[in-house]
This record gives sequence, C-alpha cells and structure tokens, in this order.
Amino acid sequence: MNKILIVGEHDGKALNPATAKCVTCAGGIPDSEIDIALFGADTANVAAQAAAIAGVKRVLRIDRAENQHPLAAIIAPQLAALAADYTHVFGPSTSFGKDLMPRVAALLGAPQVSDLMAVEAAYRFRRPTYAGNAIVTVEASPERKLIATVRVASFEAAAGSGGTGAIESKTLSVALPSHTRYVGAKSGSTDRPDLQTAARVVSGGRALGSAENFKLLFSFADKIGAAVGASRAAVDAGYAPNEMQVGQTGKIISPEMYIAIGISGAIQHLTGIKDARTIVAINKDAEAPIFEVADVGLVGDLFQIVPELERLVGG
Amino acid sequence: MQKIMVCIKRVVDYNVRIRVKPDGSGVMLDGVKMSVNPFDEIALEEALRIKERVTNVEVVAVSIGVADTQQQLRTALAMGADRAILVQTDAAVEPLTAAQTFLALARKENPDLVFLGKQAIDDDANQTGQMLAALWERPQATYASKVEVSADKASVTREVDAGLETIEVDLPAVITVDLRLNEPRYVKLPDIMKAKKKPLDVTSLEALGVANAVLLKTVKTEPPAQRQKGVMVKDVAELVDVLRKKGLLS
Repeated sequence: MNKILIVGEHDGKALNPATAKCVTCAGGIPDSEIDIALFGADTANVAAQAAAIAGVKRVLRIDRAENQHPLAAIIAPQLAALAADYTHVFGPSTSFGKDLMPRVAALLGAPQVSDLMAVEAAYRFRRPTYAGNAIVTVEASPERKLIATVRVASFEAAAGSGGTGAIESKTLSVALPSHTRYVGAKSGSTDRPDLQTAARVVSGGRALGSAENFKLLFSFADKIGAAVGASRAAVDAGYAPNEMQVGQTGKIISPEMYIAIGISGAIQHLTGIKDARTIVAINKDAEAPIFEVADVGLVGDLFQIVPELERLVGG
Repeated sequence: MQKIMVCIKRVVDYNVRIRVKPDGSGVMLDGVKMSVNPFDEIALEEALRIKERVTNVEVVAVSIGVADTQQQLRTALAMGADRAILVQTDAAVEPLTAAQTFLALARKENPDLVFLGKQAIDDDANQTGQMLAALWERPQATYASKVEVSADKASVTREVDAGLETIEVDLPAVITVDLRLNEPRYVKLPDIMKAKKKPLDVTSLEALGVANAVLLKTVKTEPPAQRQKGVMVKDVAELVDVLRKKGLLS
C-alpha cells in the first residue's frame, strides 16, 4: 500500500486548483491512498473543499497561528513530522511547493523528484531537465520516502465534488523556529482569470515595446476572457510585472489556447507553454522560432492585428 | 557581516542547444561550452554588491564538480570573489549531497549569508538552497528579487506566483536568487589576470565527510515529444475562422 500525503495550497479562503492536480498525479500511483494536509490559521473552509475532491481519503487540518502565512521554515518541520505515516509526500510545483518541499526532503533525508510530469510506477517517474529539452526517467528506492513537486501543467484536476474525505484536526508537538518572519505581500490584484489556471492566455513579448502598449493585450484578453502573460524579455524590459512571466523560470501553464503576440519563442519561453492545447502565434518575423511550435501562425504587425482581432471576435 | 559564501555550479552554457544521446544515456556534453549557472552569477553579483557597501566582507565562492570546474571558480574570482574552494569529484552529485557538502563548508567557514541561484539550468531541480537551509537549521529566502541586509537580519523580497512577498530572516541565512535581482558585471581582462593569483583550494567529498549517495537513479533520457507543425493563415479573418472551427472562439 502506497500512502501519499499532499500538502494543499490555499490562501485561507480557497484551495488552489494545483491541489486537485496533485491528487490526479498521486492517483496514478498503484495501490494508493491519498490524504491532504492543510496548514493555516483556520482551514475550516478549505478543508471542506479538499474533502470534496474525488479520491481523497482524509484531510488533515493543522491549524495554528504560526501557520497563517505559508513560510517554508515553519511548515517544513510540521510536514516532515506528519510524513512518518506516509510513503510519498507531494506538493505542487508552484512557488509555494518549490520553496517548501526540498526543505521537507532534506529533513527526511529523502530524494525529491522536481516537476514530476508522469508516474510510471510507485517509485519511477518522468521529469523535464534542461528547460524541457531532455526528459529523464528517474527511479528511487522504496526504502526511503519519496518527495515530489508535481508539474501541475501535466495533470488534469481531479473532480472538485463528490469526494467523501474525512476531515481531522491534528495537533503536532513540533517546535517552530522564530528566525523567519512574514512581512507583507504585494500582488497585482486583477479581475482577470488566474494565469496559472486560465483556459485562455494572451501573452506579449518584447515587440510590444512598452507597458503602455500592453494595454492592447489586456483589452483583447478581456474581450475573450483570457489571462495575460508575458515573455521574460517583456518582464525584464519592465513592460509587465514578474508574476506574468511564462517560461522555464516563470510560470509553466497548460491553457486550452495560448496566443503568443510579438514573442519570438526562445527555448526558455517554449518550456512554459509546451502543454498548451493550441498555440497561436502572431509575429512580424516569419522566421521566429515560435512558428515552429505554433498550431496556427500569422505573420504581420501586431499593432494592426490585435485591434482587428478584438473587433472580429466581438462581432 | 563578515563573510558571504556563494555556491556556484558549472553547467552547459545557456545558449547551447541541448541534444539527447541516441542511446538514451544522457545529453551530449562532449566539446560543449560550459559556464557558471546564470542564476549563480546573479547570486555572486549580489554578494559582491554587499561587499562593496559594507567594509571587510569576505566573499568565498564554492563549487562541487570535475577538475575543470576551476575555470568557473576563476570566473567568480575575476568577478570579485576573494577566494574559492572546489570540492572536486567526477561523480554526479544530487541536490541532497550538494546541500550536505555546502553544509560541511558552511560549518567550516561560518558565513553570515549563503547565496545560491534558485535553480541550475541543467537539472532544473530547484532544491539545493532549501535543503542546505534545512540541514543548517537556518532560514531560507528563496527567489529573491531584492535583498537588504543589516548587522543581524536580512529583508528579502521574493518573486512568488501571486506577485511579490517580503520576509525577514535572522542571519545566518540562505538566500536563493531570481532573475531580476541584479545584472551581473562583465569581467575585465585585468581582473582575469588578478584572479589567477587569488587562492583556490581543492578538497574532496571524503575530506569533508560527505558520502555521495545515489537516491534517484536516472534510467533513461529522451528528447521531448515534438508538437505537430501547424498551419499559417494569411490574415486576421482567416485566423478567427480557424479558431472558431476548432471551437476555441465563439
């Protein structure tokens, strides 16, 4: 029997959709039982959401004031303590999971599979290396616990309803450090869909030329209900904030439709969009590498094309 | 603030197009240009900037790898590190072993800060910094885009999925850096000459008491699945038409 513990990501109100994708991934492990651990100040609401995910056996609530903000140094010792009863511990490959899971792995003296993209057996997995240009199959021994971050773009979310997980409150006698303190956060709050989970994404590159010109994309994106992303070049140039970056070192996404506008298609950017169902590329350079991966391509001036596109889809 | 340790990794250069060996045993590395992992260069740059602001800070660049890793450490010395340590090994080292090695060095050197890149661009593991912090029982501030240090604390702004987050950590601490923290300096020729005279010590995993365990065995390496070549459309009207037929636009 493989017992898998997934650390749920949430903001105190809603469970991040990455969690249900981790459940799908864990469900691919044969003969498995899946529990979710939630750390927070009050996880009552998110626990109900987690328990409703199909395939979840138990939801463990670790409510404690220190867990208000997801600091890896605070959560890791608690998650490592909970791990005693499990063979595998999974987290999402989001900035939350990537920060936390290696700290847990080190506390347990266990190996970590980063960006797990496919389960081949209980201790055999596939993951991308070299910005997705080499896919490796790795094998671990069942003698140790197996820690992983799950590449969320590789898995569909498990159904968010119909599950009958049992919710339990856990008290852990784990001493927590005081050397790490949360100060604050600044998020580009937006009414647009979340980039990581949106079905449609419109993304802009350096060719946009300015932050001002990005408004062109926002306007079009709003018309079709899309999230907005950006290439690293556009973020580095200051046209878009960091949380919009798509690629090897930004967000790795898998929307139904990805529209790349004025993005040349550096290999590091393509890494972030490989799992998009349909890639549309608009670029004035017919030789741009983005056209090699695009399902539909249009060569031309984005400053003419985007407004026309917005008009046509509106009509 | 007296000492900063910067961990750097020798990796295939950012601009090299990676090819997988036909027999699936790995990627082709013969004759390929090797460089300092770009994120580690940013880590070193940040340490050097702190050194320029605060007097009497020593910057020690450390690495684990084959004998030729001395080249990357010389680059670090040319950028401005005061001395370097190579833990020489021909074997591949997993993140946990790397963290144990850096822990052994941290216990010897007692740095106030350890800087690393957030990930290496070869294995893309994104683990070593966090693992070092765990083993060292010290704070971690990952994905740093802004670092402010005082005598015994650091305030670090982190790039997270939702935007930016700021945390405060007591020193000593481990900081892993993201792309936009700074732009690393170019090395000038006189600095390369000067770097040749700076101390570069070579040690080994055995001397540091680290066993190189293989916990994750790589059994196969494959190129990624290729996407099918798509269609080119001639104008916006045709584009909209194609997307409607695919059911992607209403």
